[in-house]
Amino acid sequence: MKKLMLGNEAFARGLYEAGCEIASSYPGTPSTEITECVAKYDEVYAEWAPNEKVAMEVALGASIAGARSFCAMKHVGLNVAADPLYTAGYTGVNAGLVIAVADDPGMHSSQNEQDSRHHAIASKVMMIEPSDSAECKDFAKAAFDLSEKFDTPVIIRMSTRVAHSQSAVEMCEREQKELIPYKKNPQKFVMMPGNAIKRHPEVEKRLKDIAEFSETSDLNKVEMNDTEIGVITSGISYQYAKEALGTKASYLKLGIVNPLPTNIIKDFASKCKTVYVIEELDDIIETHCKKIGVDVHGKDTFSFLGEISQAIVAEKILGETTEITEFAESVPVRPPVMCAGCPHRGLFYCLSKLGVMVSGDIGCYTLGATPPLCAMDTTICMGASISGLHGFNKALGAEAEKKSVAVIGDSTFMHSGMTSLVNIAYNSTNSTVIILDNSITGMTGHQQNPTTGKNLKGDPAAAVNLEDLCHAIGIKSVRVVDPYHMAETEAVIKEELEKEEASVIISRRPCALLKYVKHNPPLKVNTDKCVGCKQCLKIGCPAISIHEGKCVIDHTQCVGCGICTEMCKLGAIENQ
Amino acid sequence: METKSIMIVGVGGQGSLLASRLLGNVLLQMGYDVKVSEVHGMSQRGGSVVTYVKYGDKVSSPIVCKGEADIIISFEQLEAARWLPYLKKGGHLVTSTQKIDPMPVITGAAEYPDDIIEKIKAQGVDVIAVDALSLAETAGTAKASNVVLMGVVSTKMAFALDVWEKAVEQCVPEKFLELNKKAFKLGREAG
Repeated sequence: MKKLMLGNEAFARGLYEAGCEIASSYPGTPSTEITECVAKYDEVYAEWAPNEKVAMEVALGASIAGARSFCAMKHVGLNVAADPLYTAGYTGVNAGLVIAVADDPGMHSSQNEQDSRHHAIASKVMMIEPSDSAECKDFAKAAFDLSEKFDTPVIIRMSTRVAHSQSAVEMCEREQKELIPYKKNPQKFVMMPGNAIKRHPEVEKRLKDIAEFSETSDLNKVEMNDTEIGVITSGISYQYAKEALGTKASYLKLGIVNPLPTNIIKDFASKCKTVYVIEELDDIIETHCKKIGVDVHGKDTFSFLGEISQAIVAEKILGETTEITEFAESVPVRPPVMCAGCPHRGLFYCLSKLGVMVSGDIGCYTLGATPPLCAMDTTICMGASISGLHGFNKALGAEAEKKSVAVIGDSTFMHSGMTSLVNIAYNSTNSTVIILDNSITGMTGHQQNPTTGKNLKGDPAAAVNLEDLCHAIGIKSVRVVDPYHMAETEAVIKEELEKEEASVIISRRPCALLKYVKHNPPLKVNTDKCVGCKQCLKIGCPAISIHEGKCVIDHTQCVGCGICTEMCKLGAIENQ
Repeated sequence: METKSIMIVGVGGQGSLLASRLLGNVLLQMGYDVKVSEVHGMSQRGGSVVTYVKYGDKVSSPIVCKGEADIIISFEQLEAARWLPYLKKGGHLVTSTQKIDPMPVITGAAEYPDDIIEKIKAQGVDVIAVDALSLAETAGTAKASNVVLMGVVSTKMAFALDVWEKAVEQCVPEKFLELNKKAFKLGREAG
């Protein structure tokens, strides 16, 4: 049966069909749906781990136990999981271990556009790259076999367009795998120097073996057409090249992107007049080609930045452009905003009003940085808000401590904020940390986390009590506020900033998009009372705009949270 | 058959994912090779969102570039203007007349252009503008404006009505089916 599937959904189907037993991941766009989809198969145990490092260690542990195992993450998640990855490269596996890493060229939903292939090269681990949903499924299955054949973790590199495009997939049955018996083998799995030093030659030999395998593997494909133009490519770039050039070019599509083959590249290039390497982000295939003496065009033609497209390929290689109709006037941008009713809004309005330095973090609440709230000074990576604030305050001292806060979501706090808070308590700054507890992992589309009381399958689970946890870490002053009540929230922030000790404020209110959250009827503006002072616009609610001098509330967006009523001194915003 | 390209554009949260799934279902029923490219994550939060739907004998790239779209389906006027350069010469623009101010307009940093639909028409573009929101509310909920627009689009594509109806049945949860069938019908009549 053929079905239209997201790349991520097809990937999950491949895991299922390959007999995967254990999946452990941390959500991250564009990788999240792989684990969400695999969790729907009863035969596969799937969980959300607190972070990617934990997830990869769980998957490795399960592989050592003898079960085919999997973990997924976005590109920056692999930085967090780099520690186990590099040594898992030395130990190898027992049953197959497959790692999905999803790059985000163009930064649709990320803080950088790093190229994960560097991690595969540096960890000397095999990496393969699919280019559509059908390949996502096939490569996931192949990856388990390759992992077991070569005794290595196998990374599958996804990218936004492969992960989040749907195309047709043929479904097959699951192949139930017997567990591979676990045998104690400290020489292979206890990576202390005396053992690790004997594993390193194995790693080097394995790389050579895989490179040799790559020369004849059907994961790499040659398509000979017109030989004036030869294209060496992989992943989504293959699809762009194919659409732009069709049969005007010949293609070497590399499914195995680490290690790269030598002979098939030389052979292909020798048959083509001009050879282009088309790859998004860094010049990894190009550099390899040049290293083996193959003359190619690459980043002299294409950019290191962002995504490629069929239009870019057509323009750069064929010199073709398309006629377009522009709208005659400038069109205002529409950046993402906090949703109407978002509990973060009230909190960020208070921070904006107080004019404090805000050490920010990764999540929906990063939107607090945007106008009109503009209440964020830094955003680096998961957990950096708290550790960064500690450093900021150590550098600037007592005065800074009274004028700075860290903001971090519940899920991000569990991911890597906890250890940073330990540092504040242990190495003592009088820092104020605000945990934005909206009872869900919001930005990636509502995943459960260790504070929500539910697991990935939606079943009841142990819930971390944030207040108790902060106390246990050594923070004595822990307060809870409801960000829908801005006056009270502002007062508590002021009090905690003044204290000569570290403190945590938990700003608690579930995400307004959660299904169980009951909304109030939309509010409306009493036009007799509204004078158009625009005070209510300062909270940056997408449901409130001004037309003909009066405020208007969009009833299709408003969820009746009421924080705008706190802004209106004239009481012009009323219940229906 | 040469690959055809459709874009569904709007504001994050307006329901473009259901619209693209519905369209994908129709095209798969018709036996085409189909690719649908969606937006997840950060840009969904009230930002400008776009979904690409492509079909033909064999589709390679899942995305649509400027000047390539045969049809643009817009959930909001400003988004119609924003994505206009993606429309192929001679392509069709189907848009809801709904207006949602983006944050720069709310904060006063920018102005929402006047008479967008008239201006696009004046550029010689084939535009069908429908008050999809009111029609959806007539059907029972503002949320169904996505299905209303699909009803409108169905008049621009040469597929039998029962194929569309089957797609609605397969893509919409049972309890909202009657409502969405009504929304589709209202859209089709307005198209």
